[in-house]
This record gives sequence, structure tokens and C-alpha cells, in this order.
Amino acid sequence: MNIKTQALSGGFQEPVFHSQGVFRMLMDGMARPGTVHTIAMDIGQPEPLGQAAGAIALTLCDHDTPTWLSAGLLKSPAAEWIGFHTGAPITREKAESRFAFVEAGVAPSSFGLFAAGTQEYPDRSTTLVIEIGALGQGQALTLKGPGIQQTTTVKLKGLPEVFPRLWADNRALFPRGVDVILTAGKSLLCLPRTTQIAVQ
Amino acid sequence: MTELATYNFAYLDEQTKRMIRRAILKAIAIPGYQVPFASREMPMPYGWGTGGVQVTASIIGPEDVLKVIDQGADDTTNAVSIRAFFQKVANVAVTTHTKDATIIQTRHRIPEQQLEKGQVLVYQVPIPEPLRFLEPRETETRKMHALEEYGLMHVKLYEDIARHGRISTTYAYPVKVAGRYVMDPSPTPKFDNPKMHMSEALQLFGAGREKRIYAVPPYTDVVSLDFEDYPFEIQKFEQPCALCGAQGVYLDEVVLDDKGGRMFVCSDTDHCEDRREHGHAGEMLAPAKEAAE
Ligand SMILES: [Zn+2]
Repeated sequence: MNIKTQALSGGFQEPVFHSQGVFRMLMDGMARPGTVHTIAMDIGQPEPLGQAAGAIALTLCDHDTPTWLSAGLLKSPAAEWIGFHTGAPITREKAESRFAFVEAGVAPSSFGLFAAGTQEYPDRSTTLVIEIGALGQGQALTLKGPGIQQTTTVKLKGLPEVFPRLWADNRALFPRGVDVILTAGKSLLCLPRTTQIAVQ
Repeated sequence: MTELATYNFAYLDEQTKRMIRRAILKAIAIPGYQVPFASREMPMPYGWGTGGVQVTASIIGPEDVLKVIDQGADDTTNAVSIRAFFQKVANVAVTTHTKDATIIQTRHRIPEQQLEKGQVLVYQVPIPEPLRFLEPRETETRKMHALEEYGLMHVKLYEDIARHGRISTTYAYPVKVAGRYVMDPSPTPKFDNPKMHMSEALQLFGAGREKRIYAVPPYTDVVSLDFEDYPFEIQKFEQPCALCGAQGVYLDEVVLDDKGGRMFVCSDTDHCEDRREHGHAGEMLAPAKEAAE
């Protein structure tokens, strides 16, 4: 399959119902940080975009959401795929992005350049979708905060080592800050800015 | 309602749903903060819960079971109309039983039965800004929230105490969410405020005319504002429900005749019916039961 056909193929087979289903997973995921949700439907997204990450783009992105892509995604057919299926303008400016997609193995050195919103409008912030190795195995972390009864443990494989420190910096900005969705293939897990993370 | 002829699933177009869905996710991530959204015209007037209707329309799917209540009752015109609307535009199952619903849209009450994990409570909100009666300018109230400047609100409540010997606010009693934002719980009786605290259900709030969405995630602190020497208290009722005998529930006064006869009954009609079906009887029903025996 050449790059062009790859960009035009796939997507939700039933856009109305599939985007509703994925949204409910995201809503439940944000409301219960650390819970793992699985996207079952095949959407034919090109590498290195993961299935869950692609489904998130199809569900939430459109021409109102400038979208930033990490270098590997930007030079892959995934960039055109997101553009074609969602209409989202691809931006190189982190600060103006409403969504940012990061491929596996790339550690963001900082969240600082992404939009954190303002003190008056903290919702005007970037949501980062970061692909990692696996959810449910690997390093154990303790999560705490709204949506979590006392504490919960998550296991994450391939989380950039710098992540807990970046997250602590992000927490300190509250109510400003970015929100993160971690994805691994078909799985996703949400980390709203309110969640506190401790390495076990 | 003829313009419904060519509607999308759940009435709203997909782009509008996406915009509202993004607002809902941000609202959950910043508990108690009011997210602006581009409210759409709905085939019903403002005051009929267009904010709540738009939130429900953006989250609902074919698998959902919807319950709609108005002041605790499933059978008012407002509740019946909204329920019929979603049956028509989303073809979803509906129920009056709190425990069977996945989504409960409400105006002015929280069900008596404790909500569970996985349920979503959608509030219809007329005025989302708890500071509005203190400060009419949106730019100023936004600044007050930004700076966590809630002193005026406490002053207002304390003036109440000076005047009435207690805090006289009984509806829309302000709360602080997750230790940060002061939030209007919508015009629910303060009796319901404790139910918001550490609820297992997700709570979403939609204000159509004012174009705001806000949220309280499950397991989140929701504290009613008060003072050490004047702690928050809920309304207490002297007698149980006249129909089902329930205590510790919110009661409505019903006038029986023009000679001053009246009774107090559950405002939550499903709760009351469920109790009666399980053999509970209040004083209005007890004599009839004895007579039958
Ligand atoms: Zn009753």
C-alpha cells in the first residue's frame, strides 16, 4: 500500500456510534484515572500511530483542534491520516496545540512548551496522547486524587524515566496544566492534571 | 418538533458533540471549574434544561438506560418531554428506577438511593456561577476563581448568620470541590449536598443559556461552605413520609384540602414507590391497610 492510500484508508466504520463508544471510555478513564480501557475496533491507522491513539484522534480531533505530532509521526503517513480523517490542522507550535500525539520511545523533555491554559481559562490546554510499551505490566506507580478511592496502582512499561518529574511540575501549576492519555496499542489510561503519581 | 425529521443520532451533529465532549473531559480534569462551550439551539426553550440535554445528547449511546427527574419526580411535563425526546432521537431504553439507569438527567434533586460506580448524573443548571449574585461581571467572577478569592462568599454567608442566627440559604448552597473551586450545585436543596461528596457516580453539570459545563469526578471531596461555630446542617423533617414512612429523605408538602389539611411525602417518587412496593406504609396508607385486614 502506498503512502497516499494508507492515509485515506481506515477510520471508524460507524463514525457516530464508534466515536460515542470511544468517548465514553475516555470519559470514564478521565473520571477514574488509572483504569485501563481497550479499543476493540480496527481503524486501519498507519504506523507508528497506535490503535487507541488513532481512535482518540478520530473521536476528539477536528478543524477546531490544532494538533501537534512528534517527529516520527510527523514524517509518517499517520500525519496525513489524522489530517484526512479528522480535518485537524497539524501544527508545529506546541503552545497552540489542543492535542499532541507522541510515538513510543520518545520522551518529551518537558511539558512546558505545550499549552497549560491560563489561570482564568485553565481548560485552554493541550491534551497529550503518549504511546508507551504496555499498560498493566512494568513499573508500578501509585495514583491518588479525584476519581480514585484512596489510591490505585498502575503498571506501566516504557514510561519515559523523566515522566514522574515532569508530572510533578505539571501538578504544581494547578489549575493550569496539561492532561495526559497514555496509550499502548489497543489500550489507554488517563491521567488528568489532578492525579498525583508516586513511584513505588 | 417537525424539524426533527432529519436529525442525527441524539439530535446534535457530530461536530457539536465533539466540542461538548472535549469540554466534558476538561471539566472532569479540573473539578468544579466552569468550562465555556458553544451552546446550541435545542428544540425546547431555555429553562427546560437545554444545557443538561446537550450534555446527555453528547454522552448517550444505544446501550444506555436513561432516567429523567424533575424535582425528584419522573412524571412532570419537563421530565416526560425530555425522556420522550431521547426515546425519539436516540432510541434508548428509559426507566424510572434509579438503580437501573446508566444516565440520570436531573433538575433540582439527587435521587435518595445511593448512586453507583458507572452511573452518570447530569444536572440541568440555570445559573452556573456561584459568585454571580455578589458580582455581576463575568470578567470579575472569573478573576475571583482564578485567584481563589472566595472571601466575599464567606462574608455573605456570615451576614446571613448575623441577620438570621443561621445560614438561611437552603437551595443552591455553595460547595468547594476538591479543595479548590467554589461551585454552584444547581438549585438542589442543601439536603442533597452531602450526596455529592465522594459519590461513586460521575456528576456532570450543563448550563445552556449561560454556556457552561462543569463536573465532579467520582470519589471527590465536595464540602459545603460553613464556619467552625456555624457548621453546615441539612434540613431535618419532623415526620416521616406520609405514604411510605421513609425517614431521612427529602419531603415535599402536599396540600390535601382547603381546610388546611396537608401531608409530607417523598420528593423522590421512585424511592417512595419502591418502598411501598416493598411493604412500607406511612400514616396515610396505614389505616387503609388495617381496614383491609
Ligand atoms: Zn415516601
